[in-house]
Amino acid sequence: MFGLEKKDATLLLIVAVLTMCAPFILNPFPSDSGLAQFNAGYPDLMQRFVIFGIFAIGFNILFGLTGYLSFGHAAFLGVGSYSAVWMFKLLSMNVIPAILLSVIVAGAFALIIGFVSLRRSGIYFSILTLAFAQMSFALAYSVLTPITNGETGLQLSLNDPRILGTSISADGGIPVTQLFGIEMRSTYAMDVGPWLFQFNAGYYLCAILLLLAFYLSIRIFRSPFGLMLRAVKSNQQRMNYTGLNARPYTLAAFVISGMYAGLAGGLLASMDPLAGAERMQWTASGEVVLMTILGGAGTLIGPVLGAGFIKYFENIFSKINDNVLHQWFAFMPDGLEDFMVTIVHPFVGKGWSLTLGLMFMAVVIFLPGGLVEGGQKIGKLFRRKKAAEDTSPAAKTPAE
Amino acid sequence: MSKMNLTRRGVIKTGAVAGAGLALPTYLSAAAHSGYTNAPTGDTVTLGFNVPQSGPYADEGADELRAFELAVEHLNGEGDGGMLSTFSSKALDGTGILGKKVTFVTGDTQTKSDAARASAKSMIEKDGAIMISGGSSSGVAVAVQGLCQEAGVVFMAGLTHSNDTTGKDKKANGFRHFFNAYMSAAALAPVLKNLYGADRAAYHLTADYTWGWTQQESIQAATEALGWRTVNNVLTPLAATDFSSYITPVLNSGADVLVLNHYGGNMVNSLTNAVQFGLRDKQVNGKNFEIVVPLYSELMAKGAGANIKGIVGSQNWDWKLENQMGAKYTGTNAFVQSFGNKYGFPPSQAAQTCYAQTLLYADAAARAGTFNPCAIGEALAGFEFDGLGNGPTLYRADDHQCFKDVLVVKGAENPEDEFHLVEIVEVTPTEQVTYDPNHPMFAGGALGACNPGA
Repeated sequence: MFGLEKKDATLLLIVAVLTMCAPFILNPFPSDSGLAQFNAGYPDLMQRFVIFGIFAIGFNILFGLTGYLSFGHAAFLGVGSYSAVWMFKLLSMNVIPAILLSVIVAGAFALIIGFVSLRRSGIYFSILTLAFAQMSFALAYSVLTPITNGETGLQLSLNDPRILGTSISADGGIPVTQLFGIEMRSTYAMDVGPWLFQFNAGYYLCAILLLLAFYLSIRIFRSPFGLMLRAVKSNQQRMNYTGLNARPYTLAAFVISGMYAGLAGGLLASMDPLAGAERMQWTASGEVVLMTILGGAGTLIGPVLGAGFIKYFENIFSKINDNVLHQWFAFMPDGLEDFMVTIVHPFVGKGWSLTLGLMFMAVVIFLPGGLVEGGQKIGKLFRRKKAAEDTSPAAKTPAE
Repeated sequence: MSKMNLTRRGVIKTGAVAGAGLALPTYLSAAAHSGYTNAPTGDTVTLGFNVPQSGPYADEGADELRAFELAVEHLNGEGDGGMLSTFSSKALDGTGILGKKVTFVTGDTQTKSDAARASAKSMIEKDGAIMISGGSSSGVAVAVQGLCQEAGVVFMAGLTHSNDTTGKDKKANGFRHFFNAYMSAAALAPVLKNLYGADRAAYHLTADYTWGWTQQESIQAATEALGWRTVNNVLTPLAATDFSSYITPVLNSGADVLVLNHYGGNMVNSLTNAVQFGLRDKQVNGKNFEIVVPLYSELMAKGAGANIKGIVGSQNWDWKLENQMGAKYTGTNAFVQSFGNKYGFPPSQAAQTCYAQTLLYADAAARAGTFNPCAIGEALAGFEFDGLGNGPTLYRADDHQCFKDVLVVKGAENPEDEFHLVEIVEVTPTEQVTYDPNHPMFAGGALGACNPGA
């Protein structure tokens, strides 16, 4: 299907079903139960899941295939966001030109940075990209304030020109981002008994783009170009000795992955028209590295899983405060309740990153292949039982 | 490698998925609820408190959160009622708001616009918050105010001191009780003239974001009107923790006053650096070198320790106000008492403004008889009240800014304990800090129309 092998087509179908049904899957708990705290099916977080999924897929094309570890990918995300917001300010509130411009600008930016950084490999490459990203951050944060509005962040205002649209909407506010009239923020809420499912237009736009991005990444992974990138990862010196110049391939991978980041940045701005410099900070670059490694670098689905995992922690665990803890342990006697709250307190709320750090360590130590390896191990357990009954050796290759 | 394998089942499956994908977005419609965003349906109403729990303003954020919790207690009729008894409007009776019990959710802004908006969004979309309050950085406040305007909920700004919050970035759904940079400058200028004379050369270190810019602009305009010169203005990153490299050039600049347009952890660090470099013991142009911190608070005084002694600045409110300046500022003692009973120390100005904002919101909803943001906006615009600790106050309709007296304060020379680090020099009356809504420092924005959301 779509020129994919059966295995990959199945994977694409699974991702498609997951993203399309996300409003149901992520809201498993009735909204009046205590577990509603763990529901993640609200538009903003679902958008973040898929947008950072796209970001991580793009990063994985570079890191997973060529092994070049870029520590400056957030710069492309930030550049994409700024371009998109400027498009909203100057042209129109339609997201198509904004997203196109953000991909193009991020691609051009990646071409320049990649051209310089790819002269080195290994740790030197990482440091170079980190330096460029920090430079972009510093520029956006202070020097280029007229373009980026510095620390305050670039925002829309009532007196932006918007040549192809309107500066002020009919009701006197700033117009909202839309796709040919479908407002990105419009949400259809479905009440099913105690459950509330929210279907958001912006989320579905992001989800469709995620599927396209995912499909493109499968095609790249399975193409001769992808094979060449893997060759760079396994032994670049040997490639050079056979007379092949690897740099055009790595540069192409770098630019493609920069464009993915730009797409993610443009989408972030399309969902919420604001761009802040902290989007380019090194912590944001580190986050995408974590996502990819946590999910499984070099695998197709891994980065998407990793992105979802980290964003879930950031948004759900960070909101569990002491009040919530006291409710949880309310059934215990007073002393024990306070004791339990004291024990759990450092790991939730402000301490969500501590929990995430511990899980990250556990994954790296016990599952070097990331969450995907965990899935494969579980899959193998079941398959071995089956294999005992059924002697056919057909299904033994793990899904990548 | 790539092969086209068309099977009947495959085509049907693909068709179904693609069809579902295409059909869903067209199925969506904007009007999920009628009326307004997050209209409370049960017997509770949810407020969202979005404060910095990490970053340079974390201390202020923690104090704001304490005040919010206290305000919710009082609204629900628990505790001693605090300022409810002194508040001039009597629409609130301690049974929640409009008979609904008040609950709240909290979030961490991390002092970053992006994180603050994500946190506010999850409060609105997931927890159904009907009002967002908090702040402690004007950059964040401006960003969250914009979000609330789009989403159709009310934003009751906490600690935000930039002119832009109710100036060029003002929004119909946003309201600010706290004072602003212009008011600080207007209140400080006469005091600075009395203390340091009319012939001074000032060097500004300014936090590089909307608040720093507008405060520096305000102070420069006010001091130059006195006859001071401005030698230089250096912008420093908000995330900076060491300011020694910014202090060294001050020594040889010929300036005899250093103005620190810093707040929170920034100010504690820059003041400490400045004192370590011996600036306060220096003589320049035959005059004592002086340091001015236009906006400061008890919390920062505590952080800066002995370095704060004798440093002049301005405040929105102080917990000693009613005791020292009389019954005009009624409400102060009631609030200090209930805050002190609960937490064991007096509240900061950040706590007071957040507490007042929560009460003002609840009162406006009670007077309007609905939670509709537009009705609440109408109830707040042009509202005159008293008894919330600042004396008679007006919520101006033109820009949703509160006008009230401003305090000029000084670091105490010999504090009796850690709660008396700041002493009140004088109280500047409202008339002296009032400005025209079209003042150039506030021009360039418009409130727009109020947005009730869905």
